[in-house]
Amino acid sequence: MANPTTDLSGAKSPEPQKKPVPEAATPNNTGVKEKGGEREAYPFGIVGAKLETVERNVGKDEPPAWGTNEKLAVVGKPTPRVDGRAKVTGAAKYTADVKLPGMLYARMITSSEPHATIKSIDTSVAEKARGVKAVHLLVKDGEKVRFVGQPIGAIAAATQADADDAARLVKIKYDTMDFVTSVDRAREPEAPLIYKENVQQKGSAGGGGAASGVEQKGNVRGPSKDVRGDVEKGLKEADAVIEAKYSTQVQTHCPLETHGLVVDYKPGEVTVYASTQGTGSVRNEIAEVFGLKQSQVRVITEYMGGGFGAKFGAQPWGVLAAHLSKKAKAPVRLMIDRREEHLAAGNRPSSNQQVKIGAKKDGTLTAIQFINYGTGGVGGGAGATGPARGMYKCDNVLTEDYDVFINAGPAAAFRAPGHPQGVFSLEQAIDELAEKLNMDPLALRDKIDAHDARREERRIGADKINWSARKPANSDAGPVKRGVGVAQALWFRGHDRNSQCDVRISKDGSVEVLSAVQDIGGGIRTALAQCVAEELGLKASDVITKIGDTHYPPGASSGGSMTTNSMTPVARNAAFHAKEKLLEQVAPALNAKAEEIAFADGKVFVKSDPNRSLSFKAACAKLNSDAITGHANRGEDYDAAVGGGRRRGSGGAGGVQFVQVAVDTETGKIKVEKVVAVHDCGRPINPLTLESQINGGVIQGISYALYENRILDRQTGIQVNANLEQYKILGTMDCPEIETVILEQYWGKSSSDAGPIGEPATIPTSAAIANAVYNAIGVRIREIPMTPAVVLKALADQKKVAST
Amino acid sequence: MNRFEYADAATVEEAIQLTVKGSAVKAGGVDLLDLMKERLATPARLVNIRNIKGLDEIRIDGDGLTIGPLVTLAQIAAHEGIKQKFTAVAQAAGKAATPQIRNMATAGGNLLQRPRCWYFRNELTHCRKKGGEKCFAQEGENQYHAIFNNELCAIVHPSALATPLIAMVATVELTGAKNEKRSVRLEEFLILPSEDLHRENALREGEILTAIKVPNLAAGARSYYIKQGEKESYDWPIAEMAAVVETEGTGESATCKSLSLVLGAAAPVPHRAKETEAKLKGQPLTRDNLLAAADAELATAKPLAQNAYKIPLFRNLIARTILAAAKNETTQAGEAQ
Repeated sequence: MANPTTDLSGAKSPEPQKKPVPEAATPNNTGVKEKGGEREAYPFGIVGAKLETVERNVGKDEPPAWGTNEKLAVVGKPTPRVDGRAKVTGAAKYTADVKLPGMLYARMITSSEPHATIKSIDTSVAEKARGVKAVHLLVKDGEKVRFVGQPIGAIAAATQADADDAARLVKIKYDTMDFVTSVDRAREPEAPLIYKENVQQKGSAGGGGAASGVEQKGNVRGPSKDVRGDVEKGLKEADAVIEAKYSTQVQTHCPLETHGLVVDYKPGEVTVYASTQGTGSVRNEIAEVFGLKQSQVRVITEYMGGGFGAKFGAQPWGVLAAHLSKKAKAPVRLMIDRREEHLAAGNRPSSNQQVKIGAKKDGTLTAIQFINYGTGGVGGGAGATGPARGMYKCDNVLTEDYDVFINAGPAAAFRAPGHPQGVFSLEQAIDELAEKLNMDPLALRDKIDAHDARREERRIGADKINWSARKPANSDAGPVKRGVGVAQALWFRGHDRNSQCDVRISKDGSVEVLSAVQDIGGGIRTALAQCVAEELGLKASDVITKIGDTHYPPGASSGGSMTTNSMTPVARNAAFHAKEKLLEQVAPALNAKAEEIAFADGKVFVKSDPNRSLSFKAACAKLNSDAITGHANRGEDYDAAVGGGRRRGSGGAGGVQFVQVAVDTETGKIKVEKVVAVHDCGRPINPLTLESQINGGVIQGISYALYENRILDRQTGIQVNANLEQYKILGTMDCPEIETVILEQYWGKSSSDAGPIGEPATIPTSAAIANAVYNAIGVRIREIPMTPAVVLKALADQKKVAST
Repeated sequence: MNRFEYADAATVEEAIQLTVKGSAVKAGGVDLLDLMKERLATPARLVNIRNIKGLDEIRIDGDGLTIGPLVTLAQIAAHEGIKQKFTAVAQAAGKAATPQIRNMATAGGNLLQRPRCWYFRNELTHCRKKGGEKCFAQEGENQYHAIFNNELCAIVHPSALATPLIAMVATVELTGAKNEKRSVRLEEFLILPSEDLHRENALREGEILTAIKVPNLAAGARSYYIKQGEKESYDWPIAEMAAVVETEGTGESATCKSLSLVLGAAAPVPHRAKETEAKLKGQPLTRDNLLAAADAELATAKPLAQNAYKIPLFRNLIARTILAAAKNETTQAGEAQ
């Protein structure tokens, strides 16, 4: 999100104009809407709980409303990825697989010092080394470097080994300065100063960036402050107050495919193969840096191996690869290595949160106060208090976020920026409050949470995890103690206006959907195919998806969990428009008006007389040209006020996760045994890929809670675990049973009515684990990762307290 | 990675001839490839011994167990005879690394691999082991480092196999020029930094490890190995250990007739817990006795700033391992709970 700390409380009243109308008013989805009908009736609410219908004012160009998934043929049905076979057989070509004739290989030159002024950079030996074709530097003599691994330049050579060797021959002389690797030290008045000037850092399409217009003293920038009501008054009115500190570590993104590009810089057009979550963002940055027109830069991302928020724009390696390609007059491949990925390609900032929450005896919240100091290294964006402002009803809220600069690589947007940190504290604090009020944690949430979907999710999850059988701490005999915990997430439901599709129907019956949107892994390719197939009465596998190329119509950035919400209405609408054009030519052959004709099961037929039909292929053969194209772009949500380019849709989405853990009190080892993840995401388009995204979110959440930790050496400023051996990530043996439940929730906000999932799926996991650990051993662990060392210490501290 | 020659040896003799100064012997190549990529090893020649016949066999006979140096960890873990008679060895092999690595990594390579210390492995930190001035772990990030014998260099020995093998008094056979063989107890073969800062074993130049020999355990003795990682997949131990126990009597009244206990991830070499061994001899294996015996050894530990958690960890695991060996358990304690 552009600003992850923005208030979410607007999500409380999603629909002011809601007016129930009979379910039967929902029109048939298979035909063409009668022209001029601008009001449509949509399903609204939660299937299985409270489902109504709502009328919306929609544009003339919008297709008729779809009913619930039960009434659809393809959308909402588990659909294997259309590119699954290509991916598992290796036929899918990722950026690292691109091999162009004459292509050179590059390696970056990076800083070996955490804080220094560059005295000189001598590339003369490197330039003469075997295979070297071009050298480019980003940093000049006299400029500062601020972290180990900071890109300084790059070398292109005939082979990767040549480039690797040559990069080591560059001699850099540094004037070293004192450096700082910890937040506590960086906050001291005498600490080495990272920046003299006030830092201006824009976020990416995934979020992040330093808050603008705030003061900066020493290494501390902030507060980014938000006040509602009067917290002091709220605390005085409270019957119970909890106060605690929580801290979270720095997590690096670790996408399976590192950042990287292949750039072919030719006069007239630059072609960039990029591992990116935003093809347009790479094009725009390359065009800007090299003074080119956007039309002169083409970016291709046919497949990409994960990004989690850190892959927007060309970035230093992209700019370097383009310079090298321009200089060498040859395509240049620059994939950064795993070490560089850890050091320089982004991370989730740490947090140190001081929390106060006050409540009345019945649970009513009277005050919430969160003060957070976090570090995104040399980057801003450590804000983590968004959940404290938006999750629960409270009139008195005060939050302050401070960015603390240290000599480490810059943060980047990371799967729900700020939220896993903020929920780790908030959801434990709510449990602590429940205990103090002698309330069940779920009962307290039912009292203070206004969201219908969360309530339903708590009910479903509690049933599946057998919440009512939850036992008090230390109920198990023996060293291994089991416990159950819960936590929840709330996320934005937004869309990107840079979302367009063409749907092309050819005379031979082939159907293509085209957009520059890239598949970060969520499965948008399949979702687009499903929506087009639904509209044309085909199967998803009948639709050819051509995406990830800026030669196609603009596509959404994959950030803020917006891709499906942005793109599926567009695919559907483009298919609808193509269908209208097709019917103009086909309807006469069926002796019917366009609006009397429907598409289903691969046939085009007259609704009132299905025997009057043509196969889809035969219908296409009636075209008087080789192909027709329908086009659509993403408008505002239905009945939404007109807003900016990346506006937040009304109403949030989220989920509730329940976790069962086993804690070995002799070794401190936590084993997550089971997770029940109940999530809502608007209309579920493809339950298979949704389940996959929820699994991924849960797995990344467990990994964050128990294992991952960027470790900087206090003596040298070097990250000591910049690999995948000592930077620990959950593996198969550590993976629990995960049960996913997907709520089917309708808002009537777009022609597909899809919502977000990627980010909310990972937000609550760490907090749910911590709450489960507390339920298991009666010791609250307020820091992550919860390693055996941390758990053993917490157990020992508890014993000390108990014995005094 | 540096450019190098590659030489294939068909016999041990040929391998030794090919291994001139500056060469590296390659078996599975797992750690060697890492070292070369990290530029910690820059051999001018790799001598591949992987195809030498006869070095890849497991034999159990009246003298005990012989493991050829080219036997893979996966083969050891799956070997029925080892699982039954030398249980801890099979357990250690099966818990090491990942299935993919266990399929490639050899027994010899496992014993001879270099430490995983993140200062040793990082090109930017020129530590004492690499000829530098200091051991960065002393004042730095030392959560995974040694708690015993850590003053000069705080590495922990990386070999999973060495821990049970030393507990079973294994020897290694080393072959040099002219087919000269010598036999060294593994406990002496693996050396402390005080003996040589720059090496972890006493292999001489031009020698190849050609066999690992384990005498039969005393009748009635049983062994057990535990690895404790932060993760279960693909992780190094934060503590590991192997126990060989002989008991007298049964049930609650069982007493310890003899005990061999070796701790891994504790010291620069696998660390024999002599105090524990002595204290338990002749004692009933009660939980109190086990913990007291563990404490006797751990009282001699000198944890660094961030690894004191290993003390309670080892304490509890020592009791668990000895009991599991005494009860002849076959799964890792804690797993089935």
